Amino acid sequence: MKRFLLLCLVLTQLPACSIQPWVQPYERANLADPIMSFGRNPVSEAYHKHVFEAREGARGGEGSQGGGCGCN
Amino acid sequence: MVKAVRVVVVVVTRSFIRSAVLGCGLLLVLTGQAAVLPEDRADVLYHSYDGGGMDINGPSVLVRKGDGKTYSAYYNYYVDNVSSASIDVVSTGASPYVEERVENGIGVEYLNGKSIMSVGYTSSVENDYVADTVHFGVSTDMFGDLTTVSLGFSRGSDSVYKMVKVGGVKVRDTAFGEKNTDRRTYSVGLTQILTKNMIMAANFETITDEGFLNNPYRQVRYDSGGTNGYTFENYPATRTSNALGLKFRYFLPYRAALHFYARTFADDWGITANSYEVGYTHPMGDSWIFDLRYRLYGQTSADFYRDLFSSVAELNYQARDKELSTFSSSTIGIGISYEFAKSGWWFIEKGSANLVFDHFQFDYDNFRDYRIATPVLGEEPTYSFSANVLQLFVSIWY
Repeated sequence: MKRFLLLCLVLTQLPACSIQPWVQPYERANLADPIMSFGRNPVSEAYHKHVFEAREGARGGEGSQGGGCGCN
Repeated sequence: MVKAVRVVVVVVTRSFIRSAVLGCGLLLVLTGQAAVLPEDRADVLYHSYDGGGMDINGPSVLVRKGDGKTYSAYYNYYVDNVSSASIDVVSTGASPYVEERVENGIGVEYLNGKSIMSVGYTSSVENDYVADTVHFGVSTDMFGDLTTVSLGFSRGSDSVYKMVKVGGVKVRDTAFGEKNTDRRTYSVGLTQILTKNMIMAANFETITDEGFLNNPYRQVRYDSGGTNGYTFENYPATRTSNALGLKFRYFLPYRAALHFYARTFADDWGITANSYEVGYTHPMGDSWIFDLRYRLYGQTSADFYRDLFSSVAELNYQARDKELSTFSSSTIGIGISYEFAKSGWWFIEKGSANLVFDHFQFDYDNFRDYRIATPVLGEEPTYSFSANVLQLFVSIWY
């Protein structure tokens, strides 16, 4: 828990750092294209995650919060 | 001892909530320009899974609406209609069953400067399993908005029951009563713009479970040399797992995208797993988007998993859940999306109709097919099955 608190504290200080972005805002047109989204269809991705979790021993690490179910 | 543990748990939880609130507050104070809230949209999906003796289908509805400036709220409705004659059911002589799982979820994101705070609640109800989960999250953009850091915490409380047939009617087994599980998830995420054509995301997640983690129906088989039979599974009362996932997306010069996803996983039950996915997204014309992906998954079995135990109580903990065995799987999937009403129609800004199809293949290394009788127990062929998964959904933005 101390480590987690320390991590929280470090993260809260990071926005104060002044680092020049190496990709300027006007260079991000390609990144803003919907086909570059990690979650273009949330309803479908949530279903995919559910299908895998119900049949595999592994869980987590996808970057989205989920609820519990008695799927196993 | 148990009371002392509970006290510690309560103190830790309060401490976590205090630190989370403090951290979120500091984030909000220290940040300036805008992050982006999710778009207002609604999705209506029909899903169908068919394979391994399981037929699962149902609808899912996801509706999101916000004021475009400070908040965005969502509601999700999801149903699994399950008809099961899976190998677990058939090989132990149990009857095929039909059941329904209904999930409802609500949540809200609040935007302040470069930070987004989120809170949500999910409820999942089956006749023999009820799960409630709350989750909190905070994310913030930094370093010229090249980097997004996120923290998440969720806590779930599950209640497990066992159904038995009394006079031909399924009722909850009063002798089994109600068992409970407490689940906590801690996650840290980083999304990073690498170049003007490449973005990555890393997520680390720790999940802890405490309580009743068995399936109340599943049995293990044993053969002690002359005496053989079945006895109920017995799992440890705790489980802690860690997973690290990495995702990359790369924009190709002719407007298409490649993606790569890798995840490594380990838990204190002895399971280690790795999964890899590659995919390609190809728009065609103004209205069509095609997706293709291929995923590989492999895991080792839990320490207390056996396909056939050497006695009725060979180990303190015993499992024969194929999800805890050593196996590998592959998935190939395609997606077709057609965008309509791109110039707007009535209150709709645009819409899309989508079809996603996945074919799964599961191959088990130490889970045997008991339906095929052999002269010697434990020499049955290993089990494998394939499944077809279909999703049809319509999305509208407004």
